[in-house]
Amino acid sequence: MGALNHKFNENILITSLDKLLNWSRSGSEWYFQFGLACCAIEMMSAAAARHDLERFGAMPRSSPRQADVMIVAGTVTLKMATRVKRLYEQMAEPKYVISMGSCANSGGPYWQHGYHVLKGVDQIVPVDIYIPGCPPRPEALIEGLLHLQKKMREEHILAKKED
Amino acid sequence: MQEHYGIALAFGAVAFLLMYMGFIIQKLIAPKNKTDLKMDTYECGEEPEGDGWLQFNIRFYVVALIFIIFDVEVVFLFPWAVVFKDMGFLTFIEVFVFMIILTVGLAYVWVKGDLDWVKMKLKYGAGRYSATKLHEPETK
Repeated sequence: MGALNHKFNENILITSLDKLLNWSRSGSEWYFQFGLACCAIEMMSAAAARHDLERFGAMPRSSPRQADVMIVAGTVTLKMATRVKRLYEQMAEPKYVISMGSCANSGGPYWQHGYHVLKGVDQIVPVDIYIPGCPPRPEALIEGLLHLQKKMREEHILAKKED
Repeated sequence: MQEHYGIALAFGAVAFLLMYMGFIIQKLIAPKNKTDLKMDTYECGEEPEGDGWLQFNIRFYVVALIFIIFDVEVVFLFPWAVVFKDMGFLTFIEVFVFMIILTVGLAYVWVKGDLDWVKMKLKYGAGRYSATKLHEPETK
């Protein structure tokens, strides 16, 4: 944490500054560009010209050092789970996770007999937004990103935490 | 005269602030969590293997230098080849001189042995290794 994080009582100056910081943070949801299964195709489609994620400030980054949001797009196999965990750990703070599709949410079609699939990516990384669907349409991914923006805008950066 | 120093100081202070304001602000409010895993080399999620610094053989340096000679030669020859028919005999002479100069360079490189990948000018046991006498032939 920086020296000023969560140090101040809420007043009009601090909440305004928090709003400004949250606004700038939520306006640049740079997501980590990696896909695991068919959801990644929908993610590519969402990033491409027709749906154009960049109008929400979301752009794909190839390195976890530059990414703010990790979109877990697809089936997390047990082999891949260790890699997903490592990639999440290598992202810089603040970091958010979107679990995209049934497989990442809960194992999806592999729930009962998938001996090789992690039953939900929230077992290894903290998930902020779940997007249902198999696979979710690009519009659903956009809605997830907008919900994440909403969540980012309610955060406290300088003000003390509520709890 | 004296007041100019004040102006210069003000300029310096503003420049310093403008430059370091971003650094200071991010130092104060950016969240930091430097774990060992995060500071590790990024290798697509795999555990990194070996050193992140790759070393090239020093001999590639000479090859790259020689390549640049012919690279530039080709760049100059292409436009000449396109308009060769219209420009006549004079340009042919000019390009010929140009190529001769480059050929002299090539000959120099060739004589110096820089085109050989394996440089075996020194015999074993000669030069600075002579003191160690590694491969001295047996004499009877």
